[in-house]
Amino acid sequence: MLPGIYRWIHILAGVMWIGLLYYFNFVQVAALKAAQADSSAAGITKHVAPRALLFFRWAAVATWLAGAALLGANFVPAFTFQAGWEKIGMGAWLGTIMLINVWALIWPNQKRILGIVQASDAEKNKARRVAFLASRTNTMLSIPMLFFMVAQSHIGM
Amino acid sequence: MKNPLDSLWGTVIAGLILTVILYYIVKSLIGG
Repeated sequence: MLPGIYRWIHILAGVMWIGLLYYFNFVQVAALKAAQADSSAAGITKHVAPRALLFFRWAAVATWLAGAALLGANFVPAFTFQAGWEKIGMGAWLGTIMLINVWALIWPNQKRILGIVQASDAEKNKARRVAFLASRTNTMLSIPMLFFMVAQSHIGM
Repeated sequence: MKNPLDSLWGTVIAGLILTVILYYIVKSLIGG
């Protein structure tokens, strides 16, 4: 029963995390560029982005914790690529790198961009670039991460 | 050289290429 519950939470939170990651990359980046051209960007930066980032970063934590709980005693075998755990191990490592990206790069830099933390214009520009590249890196990593999550039980290798 | 991550589709293609590379790494770990 418990592993099923952990899997359910892992998928629920994962859909929210990766769904919002794809929203940022597939929708918001282009929308913000268009909105800046007609001076309506504040609608996104003031009202949408902070809310999206709140659910995004905590969904990332919930996804990782539920995944770790689901692995249970197989946590170390997965992360050390022991026999039978190589595929999920790769997925788990990619997910872990993505979680670190969220909390160490995306969120601290978004706080500067959105004015939650004071920053000069030069610092904001640098933060914009770092947050953008970290977010794009996570979008790139999500593709193999999801492949290996599915592969553990459904793709023979 | 342009950073592929600057483009949305460059990002997706980079992700697909990375999937193939990691597939073969994991396959070699399994011994397949």
